[in-house]
Amino acid sequence: MEKENGDITNNNSTGLIVDEQEDRSIRKKIQDLWRLLWRDKSGLLGLTIFLILVFAAIFAPMLSPHDPLQQNLIMSRQPPIWAEGGTTEHILGTDNLGRDIFSRIIYGTRVSIMVGFLGVSMAFSLGMMIGLVAGYKGGTVDNVIMTLTNMVLSLPYLVFVVFIAAILGNSLLNVILIFGFTDIPIFVRVTRGEVLRLREEGYIEAAMSIGQKTPVIIFKHIMPNLLGPLITLATFEMSAMIFYEAGLGFLGLSVPPTVPSWGNMLAEGRQYLTIYPWMSIYPGLAIVLTGFGMNLFGDWLRDVMDPRMRLMKK
Amino acid sequence: MDKLVQIKNITKYFDVKRSFIKLKRSSVVRAVDDVSFAIHKNETLGLVGESGCGKSTLGRVILRLQEPTSGTLFYEDTNLNLLKPEELRRFRTKMQIVFQDSYSSLNPRHKIGEIIAEPMTIHTEMTYRQIRERIYELLNLVGLKPGHANRFPHEFSGGQRQRINIARTLALSPNFIVCDEPISALDVSIQAQVVNLLQDLQDKLGITYLFIAHDLSMVQHISNRIAVMYLGKIMELTSSDRLFDKPLHPYTQSLISAIPIPDPKKERMRKTVVLEGEVPSPVNPPAGCVFHTRCPVSDELCSREKPEYREIEPEHYVACHYAGVRKVTEIC
Amino acid sequence: MKPILAVEKLNTRFETFAGSVYAVNDINFELFPGEILAVVGESGSGKSVTMLSLLGLLPGSSSRVSGRAQFSTAGIDVDLLSLSKSELNRYRGNHISLIFQDALRSLNPVTTVGEQISESLITHLGYNKKKARRHALELLELVGISQPDKRYSSYPHMFSGGMRQRAMIAIAISCKPEILIADEPTTALDVTIQSQILELARRLQRELGMAVIWITHDLGVVAGLADRVLVMYGGTAVEIAPVDELYENPRHPYTEGLLGAIPSIANKGIKRLVSIDGSPPDLFQAPRHCQFVWRCPYAFEPCWQNIPQNYEINKGHYSKCFYDLQNNRPRTEV
Repeated sequence: MEKENGDITNNNSTGLIVDEQEDRSIRKKIQDLWRLLWRDKSGLLGLTIFLILVFAAIFAPMLSPHDPLQQNLIMSRQPPIWAEGGTTEHILGTDNLGRDIFSRIIYGTRVSIMVGFLGVSMAFSLGMMIGLVAGYKGGTVDNVIMTLTNMVLSLPYLVFVVFIAAILGNSLLNVILIFGFTDIPIFVRVTRGEVLRLREEGYIEAAMSIGQKTPVIIFKHIMPNLLGPLITLATFEMSAMIFYEAGLGFLGLSVPPTVPSWGNMLAEGRQYLTIYPWMSIYPGLAIVLTGFGMNLFGDWLRDVMDPRMRLMKK
Repeated sequence: MDKLVQIKNITKYFDVKRSFIKLKRSSVVRAVDDVSFAIHKNETLGLVGESGCGKSTLGRVILRLQEPTSGTLFYEDTNLNLLKPEELRRFRTKMQIVFQDSYSSLNPRHKIGEIIAEPMTIHTEMTYRQIRERIYELLNLVGLKPGHANRFPHEFSGGQRQRINIARTLALSPNFIVCDEPISALDVSIQAQVVNLLQDLQDKLGITYLFIAHDLSMVQHISNRIAVMYLGKIMELTSSDRLFDKPLHPYTQSLISAIPIPDPKKERMRKTVVLEGEVPSPVNPPAGCVFHTRCPVSDELCSREKPEYREIEPEHYVACHYAGVRKVTEIC
Repeated sequence: MKPILAVEKLNTRFETFAGSVYAVNDINFELFPGEILAVVGESGSGKSVTMLSLLGLLPGSSSRVSGRAQFSTAGIDVDLLSLSKSELNRYRGNHISLIFQDALRSLNPVTTVGEQISESLITHLGYNKKKARRHALELLELVGISQPDKRYSSYPHMFSGGMRQRAMIAIAISCKPEILIADEPTTALDVTIQSQILELARRLQRELGMAVIWITHDLGVVAGLADRVLVMYGGTAVEIAPVDELYENPRHPYTEGLLGAIPSIANKGIKRLVSIDGSPPDLFQAPRHCQFVWRCPYAFEPCWQNIPQNYEINKGHYSKCFYDLQNNRPRTEV
């Protein structure tokens, strides 16, 4: 037996098992990710729910058996398929105007996903930029930004939203803008906190000491480390926005009542709750399931994005 | 001897402020207080002191990684204070730093090759192939293998990471390197490896080191001259041999006496001076000599008047009223 | 003399995602009343895990401990490893106490230092509040904290590093334990503070006559403090010897390497330190041969095939090595 392990390159000694030729191609990464996902079944469930939603939103016209706006008073107030008097025509029944609830729920994902995705995208991008400036510049800039941020955060949220919605009127774009704007402070805070932490990291100081330019330091050394926590935050924020949108819809402050959205459906079903409960139950279920799925997925993402967890994947 | 780096009356104060609405008067931490010395070409100057004495801050100020509050910095004939940010960035090719924390000073998301290549991509026009060759050369130089360039930092042990740090530092062939406690986080057997490596590199490449540490015995081993720092001030500076044979400052004397000797018989025979109390806060340093609160031989003069930092014998600088007159060990 | 603590065949293993970690392998040692035993090793050598295993302080879900640890003193004779958690609690802090490197984390930040000392007295010795307070003040004075009256009601964050370590020691010795285990208590401290704490430890050991296990990585600290030294490497005890003998006549290549790797102010002028090449082994495999073999300059064929037994070199001096360092040749028995 040779003493080949004796030099300082001793592979045996790094404390982690590392194969000599490590395959770090994209395919390997996806495989790793899949293995991680497979191990954590709740993350898998969350991801599945999320993907179903996105799929439903994109292919709504093909998936829904009926036109969600088509009224049919003869067929109105039909119970779901498994209840007495239900038909295969309307799986989840119809509402008081005879519109197919299943189709409306499918179309409703469009509003929810649009609000969630675009609202979060807006908050994410603006919040990250502002947070980066605040955290990296520090000093007065930081103080001013954080004071403004705290002011926005301290606004009574619902009152603010109702107020803006009342002024700007009901439209999908307005809802997205309101949610996007009011969510910026959260992203600013998280980004700034991370940047402050990262700025103390040795490798940032090392980059400065070799004369690296500031923009490169930000893009090469700081940004990649921000994405993990921010993407995780984005999933949670997205599920929260979907909830809030439904809440606003319920109050009649979200998209116009003609647009099928989960919140609007809840609002419409409210007065028939005792006699035709399915009008509210199924959109309500959709909301709960979405929130549940997104949170599961977010939890899983948070674990995976943590570099300490990544060490354990082998 | 030629002076490579010279610092004159360097001070570095930090404001400790509470909030941006300044209700309280901000207090000042005197991290470095009026320090002057020169580092000669091709020597190793050791800088020792207890935690919080400002030695790391001084190391960073010398490289202008932190701006001095006052004082002048010279690198050969260049006045570093006058360099504009862009010029300073260019100047970094000549002076580098090795950090204490070998874990955090390597970006965990970058491969070793990228990490070592970074300084070259900033400052040189080298081609991809040239850079690759240079990376292999550097890895060999610090005792790693070319194949390691494709690995990530977490795959290496502490000692190996410190080698990678050193390789990055050497990429642009600097003349002057500040070693900021490069070995204090490493295991004993690994410390010796890194110290030997640093010495070999100095012999081969003619580098000048400022070696910052709290471990006086290791500093004694690697340094030609040693500066002892306490609460932001230099207490004593002289050649390594002289400092141990004839320490003139009471603080140096007690510091030397506090180092445990790895030999039970010698350890039992010698008398140790145990300093009372702890290092005072640099926010409110004692008046007069900063060491007088813990000094076994201080008197009323020390608490009143700041001792002058003076060359008491050729190449032997001390800041003490009673340098060479009163000795710590005699009263014990 | 009968040992106060006799550890036999102690093995500790951790189950992790990456596989089993063989943290402690077949450790045997004895601790005699009133002696200071230093346990020396690098990070990952298993020196702390050994002690935590004895006291049942490892996370129960992922660790497996086996072996015997006979604790015997006046009226007590038990195997610590066979005790249940609640039974162990009766010995821990009372007969055997621990101090850690990180004193700030070991002290409760929302309770005053004095109350934490009193609490230990109340739970273990059944003192009433008044008596506990009086005794706690004595303890503070004993460990060299000035103005104990004032310091009694200070919170840990108001203490400096050295004082916190003193407070920890006060808690540890409050019940006059037979054994004090100190896990690198001076590593985070400055040299001048370290020498204060070492002096305190020596004084307390003399005054209270307890047995001390002092865990450290610093052979310098050990020289002036210990009676005997146990050197650990890769989860095994490679050498154990009286302190003078170990420094004069190290018989394990690792010990020899360690002694060469530290510069000493006592022998200046050494141009080059003896370095031990390579890095410590990972512990993911059960040891099948000597753990030091990768880095050992003397390694030869048998070193790769068997785990060396504990060879007695002198009275009380054992080394786990197939190579006879003194005569510079392999052992004849091999």
